[in-house]
Amino acid sequence: MANIDINHLCRLAQLALNDAEHEAVRGDLERIIAMVDQMQAMNTDHVEPLAHPLDASQRLRRDEVTEVVDRERYQLGAPATQDGLYLVPRVVE
Amino acid sequence: MNEFASIGELARGLRRGDYSSVELVRHYLARIQNNASLNTFISVTEDEALIAAAKADQTLQRGKAGPLTGIPLAHKDIFCTQGIPTTCGSRILENWIAPYDATVVACLASAGAVLLGKTNMDEFAMGSSNENSYFGAVLNPWDNSRVPGGSSGGSAAAVAAGLTPIATGTDTGGSIRQPAAFCGVSGIKPTYGRVSRYGMAAFASSLDQAGVIGHDAQDLAVVLSLMSGLDPRDSTSSDHVDSWLESVAESGLQPINEGLNIGLPGEYFKDLGEGRALLEAAARELESAGCRLSEISLPHTDAAIPAYYIISGAEASTNLSRYDGVHFGYRCENPKSLQDLYQRSRSEGFGTEVKRRILTGTYALSVGYFDAYYLKAQKLRRLIQQDFLAAFEQVDLILAPTTPGVAFHTGDLTGDPVAMYQQDIFTIPASLAGLPALSLPCGFSNGLPIGMQLIGAHFSERQLLETSALYQQRTDWHQHHPEVA
Amino acid sequence: MQWEAVIGLEVHVQLSTTSKIFSGASPAFGGAPNTQACPVDLGLPGVLPVLNAEAVRMAVMFGLAIGAEIHPYSVFDRKNYFYPDLPKGYQISQFAHPIVGPGTIDVQMENGETITVGITRAHLEEDAGKSLHTSYPGMTGIDLNRTGTPLLEVVTDPDLRSPGQAVAYFKQLHALVRYLKICDGNLAEGSMRCDANVSVRPLGAAELGERSEIKNINSFRFVEKAITFEIERQIDILESGGKVQRDTRLYDSDLNETRSMRTKELSDDYRYFPDPDLLPVRLTPEFIAEVKSSLPELPKARKTRFTTELKLSDYDAAWLTSDPEVADYFEAVLATTDDAKLAANWIMGDASAALHRDDLEWIDCPVPATELGRLIARIKDNTLSSKLAKTVFEALWAREGTVDEIIEARGLRQLSDSDALGGIIEKIILDNPRQVAQYRAGKNKVLGFFVGQVMKATQGKANPGRVNELLLELLKG
Repeated sequence: MANIDINHLCRLAQLALNDAEHEAVRGDLERIIAMVDQMQAMNTDHVEPLAHPLDASQRLRRDEVTEVVDRERYQLGAPATQDGLYLVPRVVE
Repeated sequence: MNEFASIGELARGLRRGDYSSVELVRHYLARIQNNASLNTFISVTEDEALIAAAKADQTLQRGKAGPLTGIPLAHKDIFCTQGIPTTCGSRILENWIAPYDATVVACLASAGAVLLGKTNMDEFAMGSSNENSYFGAVLNPWDNSRVPGGSSGGSAAAVAAGLTPIATGTDTGGSIRQPAAFCGVSGIKPTYGRVSRYGMAAFASSLDQAGVIGHDAQDLAVVLSLMSGLDPRDSTSSDHVDSWLESVAESGLQPINEGLNIGLPGEYFKDLGEGRALLEAAARELESAGCRLSEISLPHTDAAIPAYYIISGAEASTNLSRYDGVHFGYRCENPKSLQDLYQRSRSEGFGTEVKRRILTGTYALSVGYFDAYYLKAQKLRRLIQQDFLAAFEQVDLILAPTTPGVAFHTGDLTGDPVAMYQQDIFTIPASLAGLPALSLPCGFSNGLPIGMQLIGAHFSERQLLETSALYQQRTDWHQHHPEVA
Repeated sequence: MQWEAVIGLEVHVQLSTTSKIFSGASPAFGGAPNTQACPVDLGLPGVLPVLNAEAVRMAVMFGLAIGAEIHPYSVFDRKNYFYPDLPKGYQISQFAHPIVGPGTIDVQMENGETITVGITRAHLEEDAGKSLHTSYPGMTGIDLNRTGTPLLEVVTDPDLRSPGQAVAYFKQLHALVRYLKICDGNLAEGSMRCDANVSVRPLGAAELGERSEIKNINSFRFVEKAITFEIERQIDILESGGKVQRDTRLYDSDLNETRSMRTKELSDDYRYFPDPDLLPVRLTPEFIAEVKSSLPELPKARKTRFTTELKLSDYDAAWLTSDPEVADYFEAVLATTDDAKLAANWIMGDASAALHRDDLEWIDCPVPATELGRLIARIKDNTLSSKLAKTVFEALWAREGTVDEIIEARGLRQLSDSDALGGIIEKIILDNPRQVAQYRAGKNKVLGFFVGQVMKATQGKANPGRVNELLLELLKG
């Protein structure tokens, strides 16, 4: 059984679990991964991965400005803004 | 006024002047109110609906009405509706108001449909029981102690209970078909790329499709006709031209007049319990109508659930990264740092199932696991699609169960995610292959509805819907309704 | 112990498209915060990316210009990490299948040497927004205008061996993208940003040392200084027996040092996978051929033409083709004169100096190229002496008029007529018997005195060559 590093996954996914949740999620994930591990027994030699159900190519868009940005409307209900900027706690680089 | 009437009947009533759209809308709004305990709606847009209905009445009076003019409908709360909250069943978007309409919403509004409100759903479309909504579970109108299915549980239950004639839904692994089956109504998931995903909050981008839930195949055809087509805003939207689908809203759905070859996959009927007899009866019904039955094999069926949970989990894990409390949506109180803002906003905002899927997906994409999980799943996806393509060399349609059984009791499966995932065993494979599929009511087991699934080749919605029309011409399961307020 | 630096540069080139790479918003610089961030840029629920045709075209142009293979099949991937200037929580980039494969760029160093820099690949991706750290106490302000601006990331092989080479390469790349008109090259506005991967190893060693990455350097000067500092820092560590840590650093131009970036200490697992909202990009041979035929003459080809057809020296040709505006100006000068060498001299000398003095770009040069050509033509046809030509040049610069107008207005027409000059010289000879005697006695230097007297008498307009000829003749005893 794979040792799933829940803490690492939570860091990558920016989730914080309390102790009880942590244990519950670990248990769930172990069962889920055990279920998907059934895949390993299935032969996929020489099979190309299927990313999209229809084998189509990317359409190209004409290079022109088509958006009129309504900043006030988009920022209605934004958690924190000032002078048109979105505010977050100071990021130290 | 018959609240279980199909769109066609309602449209005729409106044109004859039996009632106005405003009266019709009032009727449904009252029914929604009287059945609030089912918890099928997250938002009810009473004022906007009456305004839209009044406008529709004017259009009707001018004789300019189309097939959907003045007809009430509900949108699953995953479709962005300008000016009206779009929550995706989540605390993260509890009060979020989209500044634009989803393409599906805009199409149906311009066809004159009147929006009653936004229906309840499993959070971010992740679930098979509608027990994962921040706004509470939805009850199955046939038996309130049971689930309506998910993730489009609100839409299916609302149609079943006569609270709206039609409702939109989304289907990623079965989220239209399974609740339609549990609630005894009809529901279609079109070919991948048929309907625009623009404005539909993404769960698993290569699987999600918008679709319709209604009382019969005719209703599905009308609404699908008016909401499909190429959308330049969606790179995955198909440019396939289907003149039949474009015109069926006006011309009406005809029962199929040729006998098709219908395949029954052995793998799907293996462990089927109570529904088996009903499915076999449905198959024989089609046979006596001129279809030819044969057994086919879809050998990689067992790979479907693991492949699906890896692919959908991986795509979902990144699609949900935008919910970070920075520029829209839920932000925790007094974040002490950026890390704190991210972690607490997301952890407080998302429910447990969503977190499980995000972590599963993150695992599948992480360094060292990508080949074994994500890439492997995509290879299995190819094999599953190839199974279907091979089958469609021999048959025109595939007939299968929609679900392993009838609607289960609320709470039965919440402790066991893997058992819950097994609910989608018959619906997931068609999703992985991008094939169109629908579910029709085909009987009852202990008073609870059972659904029959029809799966077609890519862009074969005509065969699917016309065959459904044939079946519904000869049977009346779709005309059974639960007892509701 | 002798050390060798090994440097690779990753340059993010902002493509000068009209709209963004995946949305129809404008990527123009300088708008008020968040006034150019549409729902697709903001990553709001339900939005989807659609690829800009011009960004693809510009990437293909670049690839063809560096002799690289254009990949007919390329894929956009999601690069996943959380940062406030990245609204979707992932950047759409290209990882396993970039649009442009390996190529080369030749770089002319100041000492005349040419180095060939290998380009590993170039790929398309979207830019992120900007963070403003200083304006709000305890908070950072986020402006998402820049989100979605198309970037072409150009990655070199670790072929560079000195800060000088790194800067020369950066300058060459800068010139090339401006040449192709795919980037405005405005470094102050962030149109090109450079990440430098720097490591150090004992001279002659085969293995590479541990490297550090210096991020987001946005000027030629800072590229040189940052890399210089970093090389010394690493050598110091190694010479005192320590080990260089792989890390990500920022260059502080005030303190002239590189510093480790705290937020990047945890190694990021970007979990790259193909973006399911975008389909693979498939380019036909016809499309690639069409882009190829639309390419402007490349610097290399232009330089070769200047040396073989116009007979310019290697150095002059390289100088003139290093900047597309200069090369265009030069060729426009040749519309009114066929003396390429003189044209080159005037451009590389007087014109260049004047531009520098007045802090102007070639595009703002007040002297029309055709007039500079005419100036040269007037020198060659003896209307003007070289000395007076400089005066005319200054007048042109001050926009006093055309060359011919200035010559007329100021009466600067050169005096070359032998009879007229002969008359003047004879008078000077008569007036200066002592100097004549000195000259005839063998003091050749006295010739200069006579030249000066002739110039004075003609207000500098005498044709020096003619004057010399006549003096020699008439002074003969």
